[in-house]
Amino acid sequence: MALRTISIYRGDSGGGRFVDFQVDVEEGNVVLDVVLKVQAEQAPDLAVRWNCKAGRCGSCSAEINGHPRLMCMTRMSMFPADRPVYVAPLKTFPLVKDLVTDVSLNYQIAKTIPPFQPRPPDPDGLYRMSQEDVDRVQEFRRCIECFLCQNVCHVIRDHPENKARFYGPRWFVRLAELEMHPLDTADRRQLIREMAGVGFCNVTKCCTEVCPEHIKITDNAIIPLKERVVDLYFDPLRWLADRLKGKRPGAVGAQQ
Amino acid sequence: MAQRQAVAPPHRLGFAATLRRDTWWVEPALVLAALTVFFGYLTVSAFLDNWAFEIGPYLSPVFEPKLHGVYSQWWFSPALLILWGPAGFRLTCYYYRLAYGRSVFMSPPACAVGDLPPRYYGETRFPFILQNVHRYFLYVALVFIPLLWIGAIRGFHDPDEGWGVGLGSFMLVINAALLSLYTFSCHSLRHLVGGGLDCFSCSLYNRTRHRIWSWVSRLNANHRLYAWASLVFIVATDVYIRLVANGHITDPNTWSRF
Amino acid sequence: MPGYEVHEYDVLVVGAGGAGLRAAIAAAEEGARTAVVCKSLLGKAHTVMAEGGIAAALGTVDPDDNWRVHFRDTMRGGKLMNDWRMAMIHAQEAPERVLELERWGAVFDRTRDGRILQRPFGGHRYSRLAHVGDRTGLEMIRTLQQKAVALGIDVFMETTVSRILTDAGRVAGAVAYRRESGELLVFRARAVVLATGGVGKCYKITSNSWEYTGDGHSLAYWAGADLMDMEFVQFHPTGMVWPPSVRGILVTEGVRGEGGVLLNNKGERFMFNYIPEYYRAETAESVDEADRWYTDKRNNRRPPELLPRDVVARAINSEIKAGRGSPHGGVFLDIATRMGREQILRKLPGMYEQFLRLADVDITKEPMEVGPTMHYIMGGVRVDAETAATTVPGLYAAGEVAAGLHGANRLGGNSLSDLLVFGRRAGLHAARYAASLAQVPSISGDEIEEIANEMYAPFHCADGENPFSIQKELQETMQDLVGIVRTGDELKEALRRIQALKERAQRVSVPGNQQYNPGWHLAMDLRSLLTVAEGIALSALERKESRGAHTREDYPKEDPEQAKFNLVVRRNSDGEPVLEKVPRPELPEEVRKILEEA
Ligand SMILES: Cc1cc2nc3c(=O)[nH]c(=O)nc-3n(C[C@H](O)[C@H](O)[C@H](O)COP(=O)(O)OP(=O)(O)OC[C@H]3O[C@@H](n4cnc5c(N)ncnc54)[C@H](O)[C@@H]3O)c2cc1C
Ligand code: SF4
Ligand code: SF4
Ligand code: FES
Ligand code: FES
Repeated sequence: MALRTISIYRGDSGGGRFVDFQVDVEEGNVVLDVVLKVQAEQAPDLAVRWNCKAGRCGSCSAEINGHPRLMCMTRMSMFPADRPVYVAPLKTFPLVKDLVTDVSLNYQIAKTIPPFQPRPPDPDGLYRMSQEDVDRVQEFRRCIECFLCQNVCHVIRDHPENKARFYGPRWFVRLAELEMHPLDTADRRQLIREMAGVGFCNVTKCCTEVCPEHIKITDNAIIPLKERVVDLYFDPLRWLADRLKGKRPGAVGAQQ
Repeated sequence: MAQRQAVAPPHRLGFAATLRRDTWWVEPALVLAALTVFFGYLTVSAFLDNWAFEIGPYLSPVFEPKLHGVYSQWWFSPALLILWGPAGFRLTCYYYRLAYGRSVFMSPPACAVGDLPPRYYGETRFPFILQNVHRYFLYVALVFIPLLWIGAIRGFHDPDEGWGVGLGSFMLVINAALLSLYTFSCHSLRHLVGGGLDCFSCSLYNRTRHRIWSWVSRLNANHRLYAWASLVFIVATDVYIRLVANGHITDPNTWSRF
Repeated sequence: MPGYEVHEYDVLVVGAGGAGLRAAIAAAEEGARTAVVCKSLLGKAHTVMAEGGIAAALGTVDPDDNWRVHFRDTMRGGKLMNDWRMAMIHAQEAPERVLELERWGAVFDRTRDGRILQRPFGGHRYSRLAHVGDRTGLEMIRTLQQKAVALGIDVFMETTVSRILTDAGRVAGAVAYRRESGELLVFRARAVVLATGGVGKCYKITSNSWEYTGDGHSLAYWAGADLMDMEFVQFHPTGMVWPPSVRGILVTEGVRGEGGVLLNNKGERFMFNYIPEYYRAETAESVDEADRWYTDKRNNRRPPELLPRDVVARAINSEIKAGRGSPHGGVFLDIATRMGREQILRKLPGMYEQFLRLADVDITKEPMEVGPTMHYIMGGVRVDAETAATTVPGLYAAGEVAAGLHGANRLGGNSLSDLLVFGRRAGLHAARYAASLAQVPSISGDEIEEIANEMYAPFHCADGENPFSIQKELQETMQDLVGIVRTGDELKEALRRIQALKERAQRVSVPGNQQYNPGWHLAMDLRSLLTVAEGIALSALERKESRGAHTREDYPKEDPEQAKFNLVVRRNSDGEPVLEKVPRPELPEEVRKILEEA
């Protein structure tokens, strides 16, 4: 055990400040342990979200020494013992209190995404998909909705006015999962360009860097979506080929 | 608080705003320096057609394919007829977009560090909307691959003395190899060969494309590495051949002429 | 008293885990105006943490599997204390519920011929768990969540229900508060579905999160419903033991399903020494046979590591007590020498990450250290098998909060299927009940005011008790005195301490204001925690035998006489709990036949 300083941001939309707490840190402690210890022993009204404490639910996102991370998967031993560890709320979302922010924007965006539309099943009523068909989709479905990627993405982090026209990386992961689902028949490319604003992303990959599930957000979701959008909007050859094959761009199932 | 805040404290908006306490600026600074040095050199090199870039079997890859006599205007170099292709390819490459997005335009300079430009439209407007033509540059780049390999093979064949081998021959081969790796790991290629499919197993054709997609995907995971390696190597090869051609160093080889 | 919002719905679902969401979907599809209330954000409920898989006799890996075998496994695992009708419905409907998830977009791991892959699990005779690596619960909750969003169901996130309102014995609605602002919300609802999950936070070492304070159990109890089988608390054999702060976090049974073995500090596969008579015929006798089973399941019997959880948990407990444990008070679970690195990373990526990040252990190279952790409560609200209705008209319960399906011990994977099967039934029947009511039951303003006064009391009590200390003491009491192995004296002591804590809980005080104030939230949860803890201890004291997950040192044997009743706790008119032994129905002939099939 060792006494260490943790500096937690305390405040709400009206302002606040970092408050230092001295805590006995045990071997193996993660930042969340220490925050909860502060809550139990020193500040019962310290607001923080968490559930699983095992990196599976995506509740405990915060900025630790300025890095967006899950508190429950960040060990105290990562940081020098003689300096305070700073824990701050996410920047991109409005602050509710202390470490809790209002992430409702994400749930609103989720509602605008056209849901899964499967093709009819095989004659026996089942669906068959091979593992290599679903590998890509399963990577995306690992997402635990921690919204760290949404938080770090400079498009909305540094330019709040873009929140109305850019869905953000988590939602490109979701859109990619639907678009690449072997059973899905809907075509969401127009939405991806026009409402989700995939063009705002300049592929600088901060989302990939912070994703605790190691989803290759930029390489495997966003860039392939950009390419699919190019197929529809910026590739006359492709457009012509689709026309010749009798497919109308934008039509459901246009991308077989 | 009276005035409406876009972000709540402890955060603030603005260039370089961050709570990070590490030396986040080192990486963009190094990348900026490297981009300036290497692309700067290539630009200058393209105009240096009066400084010999060819000797015996070796031709600097910057001037590949060879479609030139001697031009005397200072502003025109045969390399310009060729270089727009590879230049456009790299300029619109998804990796270089990251590299200069962070270092040159500083949007963002590093993760969780404030953007330089106060307003931001990304690739939704001119000029960056042009990034969407990347796949056309890819088609051009694909044409270059066989040309570079031909150049590399020619590097083993002296017009006067016939077949042989020298250090320069190897450099040309490695250069062609790295450029191939870079090109074949391209994101657009990955999409075109199979990434655009939704069902990989649905037909023999799709299964074949899935196999190719898997190969490209494996290469693609190292696209950044190939982007840098091929850039560094083309510069190195150009410098080397010029040094040999201008007699500053000697190329160890089996020919007797140089 | 401050004002409050009032919302009106046909069906109010409390809980947004698998059971709650499935219920809401069923209710909405039935045409009911439906809302879901949950304590956390949408998609963060406990279901998200489930790792191993969903049990359903799809028969994609073992064509011999069918609902009869699944039914029998469930009943045998539950030591025949299950409600047989529930177990039968569950086994019959689970496959369809899983296929339905696939139609809604879930992406399970696949067999070679493109169907849903199933993995072996403890107590299941055949490979039966549809899964996605070790994150099946995430797949399930995300699919349901997305379906619910597509149906436009209203969701009240970070909102806690603290009372169920009744009108002349029928459900009339609920009182809740928003965690963010502390504001009161009143729901008028014709029917309420409880899907609040479990009670893990009564214990110190648990795989459960802060949410598991037994709210649904307590809401039902205070509304006058019955709690049944509360003595049956499942300790999962494999939780993490080191470092201290992660003690209790689950290590999925999938590790053993994929071939992982348990070793003591002498390197022995000690489970061979703990095979109960009951399972001897179907368990491997030698290490060789056990190892052959993974590749040839027809001609070999199952490894003893895959015995039901109560058996494995007790075995580990005994090894540790006999001094054959690992350095940090657990035993070893080894997958590294049994599987290639690639395969481990593919099949158990979550476990790999969890151990590497939290314990500096690379499970592809070293064994894990594991020990029992409180995991699940088989007991809960007593419901009707067909409709999931409780004894209070208009009140339904499904998922972990309901009792009956699992009997004395739950098999791994049977919970997720439980959520789907009975979640759907609860939602459906709640919607039908709501539609059948001629008029909306009424709620009384006075009652709400009284409730509000109770809820906000901790702010007005100066220098009272710290809710965190009370919770901590309760957890220690339950861990030490109502744990895996119990004795009458210890249980009596536990009841005494719970009584004292109940009194102290009357005087909690919290600083700060009502805006997102976890201290205050916990103060209100204490009521549930104490209600549930008392129910568990009372029932455990009354069941004077060892059966399934309930082990009494002073009554170490199963007693056939005690298999004839279930224990029910309900509230008397003074608000005090009373116990009743409810006789179990005779098993019909055809059911007995299924149970006897080899
Ligand atoms: C680590 C772990 C791994 C597991 N692995 C498996 C597995 O592999 N297979 C399997 O079958 N089972 C597994 N289980 C068990 C299974 O996950 C749970 O039993 C199941 O998810 C419970 O689901 P539920 O819908 O009943 O409740 P939950 O998913 O827990 O949802 C409860 C909901 O109720 C809400 N709630 C609670 N109280 C209130 C209140 N007062 N007001 C409003 N809302 C409230 C919560 O916010 C939450 O949304 C596992 C459990 C754990 C902890
Ligand atoms: S890669 Fe695109 S989406 Fe990801 S953080 Fe950067 S700009 Fe945002
Ligand atoms: S994609 Fe990754 S970072 Fe983004 S919300 Fe999902 S898990 Fe979090
Ligand atoms: S608490 Fe679940 S991810 Fe941290
Ligand atoms: S993405 Fe870099 S070359 Fe195409």
